[in-house]
Formats: sequence, C-alpha cells, structure tokens
Amino acid sequence: MNRFDYVRAGTVAEAVQAFGAGARFIAGGTNLIDLMKYEVEKPGRLIDITHLPLDRIEAHGDGLRIGALVTNAKVAYDDRVTARYPLLRNAILAGASAQLRNAASTGGNLLQRTRCYYFYDVATPCNKRAPGSGCPAIGGMNRIHAIFGTSDKCIATHPSDMCIALAALEATVQVNGPQGERSIPFSEFHRLPGESPETDTNLAPGEIVVSVDLPESRFPQHFTYLKLRDRLSYAFALVSVAAGLELDGDRIKTARLALGGVAHKPWRNREAEALLEGKPATRASFQDAADLIVAEAKPQSENGFKIDLARRAIVRGLEQAAAGTPQSLSDKRIQ
Amino acid sequence: MTQTSNPQTFSSTGRDTFVGTPRSRIDGPAKVTGLAKYAGEFAAPDLAYGYVVSSSIAKGRITAIESAEAEAVPGVLKVITHANRPRTAWRDKNFQDAVAPPGSPFRALYDDLIVFSGQPVALVVAEDFETARYAASLVRVSYAMQEPVTDLKAVRGDAYDPPTKREGIKPPPAPWGDADQAFGSAPIRVQGGYSMANEHHNPMEPHATTVVVEQDGTYTVYDKIQGVSNSHQYLVNVFGLKPDQVRVLNPYLGGGFGSGLRPQYQAFLAMLAAQELKRSVRVTLTRDQMWSFTYRGEALQTVALGAEPDGTLTTLRHDAVQGTSTFEDYQEVIVNWSGVLYRCENVALTYRIAKLDTATPGDMRAPGAVTGVFAIETAMDELAYATGQDPIALRLKNYAESDATAQGKPFGSKELKSCFRQGAERFGWAKRNPEPRSMREGRELVGWGVATGIWESMMMQSSAIATLTPDGRLTVGNSTGDIGTGTYTILTQIAADTLGLPMDAVTTKLGDTRLPEAPVAGGSWTAASSGTAVMKACRNVGEQVFKLARGLENSPLANVDFDRAVFADGRISVAGDPGRSVSLVEVMQAAGVDKVEAVEQAGPDKDFNQKYEAYTHSAIFVEVKVDEELGQVRVTRVVSAIAAGKVLNPKTARSQILGGVVMGIGSALEEESMLDHRIGRFMNHNLGEYHVPVNADIYDIDVIFVAEEDKANPLGVKGLGEIGIVGTAAAITNAVFHATGKRVRDLPITIDKLL
Amino acid sequence: MRLETQPPVSADTPIGITLTINGQRRELRVAPWTTLLDLLRERLDLTGTKKGCDHGQCGACTVLVNGTRVNSCLTLAVMKDGAEITTVEGLAALGDRAGSNALHPIQEAFIEHDAFQCGYCTPGQLCSSVGLMNEGHAHTRDEIREAMSGNLCRCGAYTNIVDAIEDVMQGDAR
Repeated sequence: MNRFDYVRAGTVAEAVQAFGAGARFIAGGTNLIDLMKYEVEKPGRLIDITHLPLDRIEAHGDGLRIGALVTNAKVAYDDRVTARYPLLRNAILAGASAQLRNAASTGGNLLQRTRCYYFYDVATPCNKRAPGSGCPAIGGMNRIHAIFGTSDKCIATHPSDMCIALAALEATVQVNGPQGERSIPFSEFHRLPGESPETDTNLAPGEIVVSVDLPESRFPQHFTYLKLRDRLSYAFALVSVAAGLELDGDRIKTARLALGGVAHKPWRNREAEALLEGKPATRASFQDAADLIVAEAKPQSENGFKIDLARRAIVRGLEQAAAGTPQSLSDKRIQ
Repeated sequence: MTQTSNPQTFSSTGRDTFVGTPRSRIDGPAKVTGLAKYAGEFAAPDLAYGYVVSSSIAKGRITAIESAEAEAVPGVLKVITHANRPRTAWRDKNFQDAVAPPGSPFRALYDDLIVFSGQPVALVVAEDFETARYAASLVRVSYAMQEPVTDLKAVRGDAYDPPTKREGIKPPPAPWGDADQAFGSAPIRVQGGYSMANEHHNPMEPHATTVVVEQDGTYTVYDKIQGVSNSHQYLVNVFGLKPDQVRVLNPYLGGGFGSGLRPQYQAFLAMLAAQELKRSVRVTLTRDQMWSFTYRGEALQTVALGAEPDGTLTTLRHDAVQGTSTFEDYQEVIVNWSGVLYRCENVALTYRIAKLDTATPGDMRAPGAVTGVFAIETAMDELAYATGQDPIALRLKNYAESDATAQGKPFGSKELKSCFRQGAERFGWAKRNPEPRSMREGRELVGWGVATGIWESMMMQSSAIATLTPDGRLTVGNSTGDIGTGTYTILTQIAADTLGLPMDAVTTKLGDTRLPEAPVAGGSWTAASSGTAVMKACRNVGEQVFKLARGLENSPLANVDFDRAVFADGRISVAGDPGRSVSLVEVMQAAGVDKVEAVEQAGPDKDFNQKYEAYTHSAIFVEVKVDEELGQVRVTRVVSAIAAGKVLNPKTARSQILGGVVMGIGSALEEESMLDHRIGRFMNHNLGEYHVPVNADIYDIDVIFVAEEDKANPLGVKGLGEIGIVGTAAAITNAVFHATGKRVRDLPITIDKLL
Repeated sequence: MRLETQPPVSADTPIGITLTINGQRRELRVAPWTTLLDLLRERLDLTGTKKGCDHGQCGACTVLVNGTRVNSCLTLAVMKDGAEITTVEGLAALGDRAGSNALHPIQEAFIEHDAFQCGYCTPGQLCSSVGLMNEGHAHTRDEIREAMSGNLCRCGAYTNIVDAIEDVMQGDAR
C-alpha cells in the first residue's frame, strides 16, 4: 500500500472539492483497500466520505432512494426493499459475505472492479490496470471471463451481484461532481471495455455517487436472482440471472432480465425482453429468449461453457420468476 | 531426582479413565479467548518487520535490483538481496532439513537465478509493517526471462524414475505376473486416465517467523513449523550456530496439512535479517505468497483393470507421472496403494517424476494417497459397472488379506470389512438402485457412491519428558507440535491415566526445542509416537515414585512388586488389596524429593514390523445431489467409517475425520491452483479465487470408528490425521456418476464438467 | 453529526482518534494507512484477531464494530474514529453475566462442540457468530451455514461450528 493523503469530508461539496488527480473517494473500502494492498490502486489521496449525509433510504416518488452510503446489508434487510424490491435483496445477499455486506456501501458496490486474475496481479500486464500493456487473459486463464461485449483489449467481467438486480430493476444513479448533479440510467452507468478498458463506468472524474433511485416496484412476486458459482457461497458468479416478470394471467406483460458474470457490465438484451412480452410464460418462450441472448456470445479459450450455462440459467431463472419461487438464499437446492 | 531409563516394553498398570472417552480440547480456552499465540504474534521490544519481494517471473536471471528508492523511505532499515546478503553455509547438506527430498534445497536470495514464480528476491526490513510493505513495492527488479516449463502434460515423456529415493517413501514394488498380457486377455476391461489439479495447502495462518534476539545474543525463534526440531536443525546448520544458541518454539500452529513440515523461506529470511541487523525480526508471508512454496503436485495417472465376468480382478496396472521442481526430486506414494488394497495375480505399478519450473511440491494431507486412491477407487467403480457388481461386493471379492506389495506380509489389523458393513448400514446403501440417473428429487439427480480409503500407520522415534512435583502436578511434553490435531489433549489423557491423576493435574508442553526431541507432526504418526513416549515417561515416573513409596517407613506397599501397583485417584494401591495405598503427594513429601522426572524414548516395534504391515482403512459413502440442468453439485451426506485402531479421544478424533472429509470435498469439487504455463505462474493465488469449502458447502458428515485391535504400539493407535481425506474424492466422483451417468476423471468436478 | 473536513494528512503521519476497544476507551495516534487489524495486532498486542488473507476473503480478522461484524483487514482505523470495537479478547466480558468472568456462551459452545482444531480461524468465527446472532436473520441450520460462509475454516470444523451456534441460539430462545 502506497502513501496517500487522508481527507475526511463533511459534505458532498467538500468531498468533490477535495478531489484531484490520483484521488479516490473511500466509503466501505472493501474493494479499494483490497486493491491498494495489491498495488493495483495507488491513490495519492483518500477522501473519506463516510460522514456525508448519504446514509438513508427514503421514499422517492413511487420508488425508493437509497443513499450511496447505505451499507449493502442495510439495503438487503430494509423492510421496504424486502417488500417491494425482493430481487435487489436477494442479489445483495447472494454476494460476498455478511461481514463484507456490513461494510460495503451502495455507491461502492457500483464501483467494484473486476476479479480478473491478471488485473489483480501486478506481475502481469493488464490493459485495465496499465493501459497498453496487453491482455494476458486472452488466450490465458479465462474460465471466469466475459462472453458478451468483449474487446481485443479486455475480456474482464463486472463482479457485482447487486448491480445485476439494479440493471433489471432499471434504477437510476444520481451523481454529483464538479459539473453539478446529474442522473445516469443504470444501463449507461457501466461501460464495455472497448478501446479503453481502464474505465469501468461513465462517471466523470471527481463525480461521486450520491444515491441509487429505484422506480416503482414491479416485480415483488415474480422475480429471482439465480447465481451459479464454483462453491455454494462466497464466490463470484460464473453466471447469474436477475429476472423480473409482470404477468397477465399466463402471459408475460413485462420482462426484465440482466446477467452477471458474463460481461464488463450487467448484461441486458432488450430484444430478448421484447420477445418475451406478450408471450405465454412457458419454458418454450424462455428458451427462445435464452437462445436469442446467447446468440451473440463469444467464447474465449476456456469459458465456452458459460454460453451453455447462461442459456440454461436464463431458462431456469425465468421459470423461477414465473412460478414465483425465487432462488432461496440458504437452501442451495436450485428451485 | 532425574533418571533416564532404558527403553523397555511394559504393560500399562494405569486404567483407562480418560483415554477412549470424549474430552474437550485442553487448549480450547486459550483458543477461544484469543490468548493462544501463533508464530507471527510474539512481541519483542526491538521488533522489526520484514516484507518479502517476490519474483514476477518463473525462470531466468535477475539482471538488476534497484532498492535505493525503498531504502530512502523513512523507517526502512535494510533491503537484503542476493547481491548484499550476509554469508551463510554453502553446502547443500546444511540446507537439507529433516524431511527434505533428494536434491539441492532452495536457498532464498542465494544468487541471481530464478527457478520459480514467486521466488523471494528481496527482503525489506523496516520499523513497522506498513513501511516495510510500502518500501517493498518500490524495489525494482529487472530480469532476463527464459521460457518456463510448468505443463506436466508437455514433459510427460521426459519423466524419470528418481535415481535417489526419498527417505521413508516406498518406491513402487517390482511388478508381479504379467499385467499387460493379462489385460489383453481379460474378459472385462476398464482403462482410463485420471488427473487432479495442483492444490495448495492454505492453512488459515500464513507462514510466519519471529526471531527474537535475546540480551545474551542467543535467538528465540517462533516459527510456523509442524515440528520445531526441524527448524532448529536447519537454522543451526545454515547459519553455523551452536545448538544452544537457538531455541525454536511453536506452541500453536494455525493449520499445517504438510505445508509446515519443512522450514520455509520466511524462517531463513527472518534469521538472516536478525543476524544482520542484530535486532528482532518478524517475517510473515502474504496469502499470495502461500502459493510460492510447497503444493500438492498434480499427477497424470492411468489405471487399467482386467477382470473375470464375476468381478475377480485378474490384472491391475497403475502408472503415475508427477511433477517436481528442477532442483529437488520430490516423491510420494501414489500407486502402491492399488497393490495393497486388492488381491490380484498380475500387477504393475509405476511412478515417475518430471521436472517443472515451480517450487518443489510437498506433502499435503495424505500425500500420494489422496491422488492415487482417487484413481484406483474411481476405476474400481467403473469396473463395478462393467461387471454388473455392487461396488462393495466387488471390493470384498478382491479384498486383500495380506500386503502383496510387501511379499505377502499379513496386516497387523484390518477391519475394512467392518467399515463397509457398518458404513453401508448407517448410510442405507441397501436401498441404492445401482442404475445411473435412477434416483432423483425434483430437479436434482441423486447419486450414491462409495470408495475405500487407506493410509499407512506409522510410528517414529520420539522422546518425551514427564515431571511430577510434590504438589501433585504432572508436566509432560516434547518438541512435536499440536497442529490442530488434538495432541495436547490426548497426551494429557494418556499421562493422566498412566499415573492415575485427574486431567487438570497434568500440564502438557509442546513445540519447544528445550523439550525432548520428537519428529515433525505429520504422517499421522504423532499419537503413536509421542503418545507412547509420554506413556513410557509417566510409567517411569510411576515406577520411581513406587520405589520411594516402598522405601518409606511402615509403607503400605512394602514387599509389593511393581506389577501389582495400581495408579488411580492420585494414589498408588495394590491390585486386589485396595486398602493398601498411599498418595503420590504423600510419598514425595515424605521422601523429601522436589520432583520425580523421567525422559523416555519410544520407537517402532521392530519385531512387529518384521511380521506385519500396518495401515488404517476407511469406507466412505457419499450422497450427492446434482442439478440436472445446471450441473451444481451438493454433497448432502457423507458417512465415513474408519478403522484406525484405538481411538484415544472420540471427540477430537471425529474432528480429524470431519476435517479430512471437508478437504476431500474441496479437492473433489473446488480446489485448483491454475497455472498459466506461458509465464509459469499460479494465477488464482488468493482465497477469493482458489476455492476451499465454505460452511454452506458442508452438510451432514457422519463418522463411525469401527472397533479394531492393533498391537503395533502399546497404545493400540494407528493415526487419524490423513485417513479422513483419502478416498473421499473417489466416493464423490462415483456418486456423481451414479447421479448423472457422467464419469469425471479429472478433478475438481466444476460445473463446466457436468453440463 | 457533521464533521469538519480535516486538512489532508499523509499516510504515515499519525492522527488522533478515539476507539473504545473491549470496553476500554483509548486515545490513539494512528497513521491513515494502518488497518484496524494491524492496529490491533501490531500496536495494541491484541493478537487474538487473526490475519488470514488480509483481503476480506477468509474472515479470520472479523471483529464487531458497534456490534456489527466486519473484516478488520479492510477497515482503516482512522475511519472508525469514535467506534466501539469488540475483539475475541472482549467477548467474555460481552457475555459476562454478573461479572462472573465466565466465557461467552458461544465460546463455551465452541469448546463443547469441538468447533475448531488449529484455532486460527476461531476468533473470527466467534465474532462472526456473535454478529450473526445480533443481526437476527439466521434461524435454521441452512441459514446459519450461509451466514457463516464468510469465515473459512481449513481444518473443516464447519458442522461443529453450526452445532455450537445452534446450541447458543436455542439457549437464548429458552
């Protein structure tokens, strides 16, 4: 861990003002400190934002506003979230450990960095960590890497579970920064690697996440967060599926679907969602949607299995959502 | 009064009050309150912190190390590299620790040569941990890289029979019959290639050494090691010290599993820095650096079985190729187990090794057996299907009553049949439909599998001290370590029973080179070795006290022979005449002695070993539930039936087996250190991406200890540290086949292999 | 509470904070780059809290911060100014009924159920167990297993750990 200046901010304005080149905001610290110990992140200044007044969950129109500093655990166990956004609750509780969820903040969760082995290991090149140095994951150890939206510069995945649910819920991210406040639709918050994999999000330098706003609740019954991983808990997703359905009898009125573990951002396919809408909530419909989604998947040397796994997981996730039997968090039998 | 008596055999006059009964760990209170201190936790007023800089390449030379920037950081005391390191011994022999394999041991910072990725290339020593860590990041190392070879498959053809055999490791026996010809003519044949991933031990405590420089210039070393005597010998030899200049301690060890058998480079570096700086130094490895030394090396195996239609084995061939480093010929027993387990007329077993640009592999819980038994026990399951036999019936049909790999010597004891019988009953094996994919619950396929486990039962030369003081307290101990196995507790039970004292009157001390020497805690030999030594030392103390008692005026024991003495409730009484008795405390007070002490040796029984072969056995029954569509595997039920002689403490013994089973589940389903062969580096070198089982992975595990009488040592114990893991992976593989119809022969069975 | 923005302080320049550790209020000067874990172990000789991975991947460093379980290895001490910290060394006092110096019930249960072997993950498991009970979300065995999955035990004492927690939870329910 390198030397850094430590600044404790009292207000959002002060935090934004304290920002400069090489600075990082710190809240839960569960990813940033981890990365600093590996010398992956070497901020010259840490701006402690934990004292900012962003630690509340409050009504926001027909939806809910979650302050950026609310811990993942507080979000998951909030009564309003449990009742109206159980998809979000389940996704959060499928990730990390209780200890990490108690510390990690909502804003920080959005800014988690990839778990790519090479990104984390400063002994190796990595375009995300050291732009232009190359991507050894391509043709290397890439079992856990992306199958959608990759570039020849980077095949890393976005690691969050919470964000997969937020993508399906079509949340909005409120940010504040040197240019003032603005809203970013969730689907535009994270970006694909393209030519500049060093940039994970569309957050401008010095901008700070102040809240995540949830629109009106639509999937309190028909939802699931299905996560497949290399052990039954405390592991990142190989593939995860956040699904929310509004049903009209046997027919699908609205479908929202986001995949985790497969791309540099929560992966949505609007065509597939549109394909489902108006269709009967049957396995055949789900298979059609799954086929459409994986049609554009591109395997790497070791992660071809993710295509098949994603296809199957999408079908199962939609079945769970349609049946109103979301994946249990503690019973590891897949419903 | 101190007396050292000659080794002798004897019958115990003590009664089993504590031995054989479930007892909570006596080190429990220290461990649950945080007071138990581990190697990297001992303080010293002048303590400096060392942080290791690791090589980013696997093979080549260091062309330059720039350390000026690091040295300029306030608080940095020294950056030690190969270029400026103090001199140490130069002969290989001085670096060879007690359990080193043949070859030229790795020496940290020896020269500019890089022989494995993660090799230490510098040690930064600073006043505090954070400064050392920061400065380490400023050390710039330039390399001339060479292409490393770490892919065992690529060098399989270069594998060789190790010219120098590793001490204590039996090479494969000469073949008997003609396995290949018999295979050609066998009516039923099963043949397959089997592999397991590289695994790293990853004890929860990272390796650490604290070297305290005492006022008189001697060194007190707290080292993460499974036997302090090994570190002591190593440090004395490498640094040219007199034995009494170094004391090594390790009262608690945060898990070993074999990773702490050999002194590791952090011990060398801490001592090097302490000598150089003339102050106390601690070096703790990071979790990543736990991938920079010993590991369980993958092995490429083939098994070919031929049988009559009724399942009678006619031929068995088991070949293994395993990796080693470029500088040492690590060896373990992988294939011999197949010849021990099954009666067969044509058998060929081979084991070869191939050089890789990695650190030297090492012993990891049941080394070799985990690997080899996975292969043979999976192949036997395949044979069961090929012959239409029940897997247990097949094993019983080919059950070995003697050890064909040892000229047909009988087993000292072998209650494996009881393991199958009792395990099957507890598991409900009779209700199994043998047809693959025949059992399901909802969307999950249910599979039941079984396998045999086997491990050698060993005893090593060991010594122990026992000291009785007039306050009625007994202190026993030796230099071995309690690595979580429960050694403190069982030695206390043995000592208390031998002298008829309550357990809380006994203090057991371990992990200190000032105590009598004992071997490293490994091989499942500690209970037999240290247990017998402690028992003999206590017995000797008892005899001395008895003599004192008999010599007292008006002694109630006058004219009584020692073999009639009974030690119980803190008293010596006469067998059959309990009215005649005297308390130990009274005897010592009346005799005016301040202590009665004895050091005793115990070692393997040569006569017994000439007549018999000694193994522990197990039968493991596993239920898996596999999501048919998504390939997720859950090990929902395990019954492990163990035949391992006498169980000293059913409570801690059960935990030993649970731990073995859990690690076996990890090895079957999760554990895999992934090598990027292009750079010769393990890439998932952290506990987030190297998956060991978590609590949610572990369901019901039922442990049965079957009765087994064994006479290899006076205690009748055979060791429990390893047997719990052996065969577990095969039982899981077999259960997965039963559930899904898919035969996975390369571990771990991750989701992708079942889609 | 609104805190004034402090002037920047360099990583190795100590700044003053107050922590209440195991009931004892301590005024400390801590460099910003010092984690709570390293502060406890290297400065305060509270070595009961263990460093297993230093990256939030094993749970050995779990302590209670204001009654909530967190990984102390990923916590900068300066960011917890004013907090109440409970480590394994303070659990007995936490569970102490009428100043009896007894162990916390979970400590007793761990011994009784042999819920550890080497003992290195144990302080983290214990603090995590207390945190779990404070949270009140886990009731069934499955829920306990899931909620304890952030604490690795390489010795494999998991089933005994769950037994111990269940035992204490049932005792509390009685």
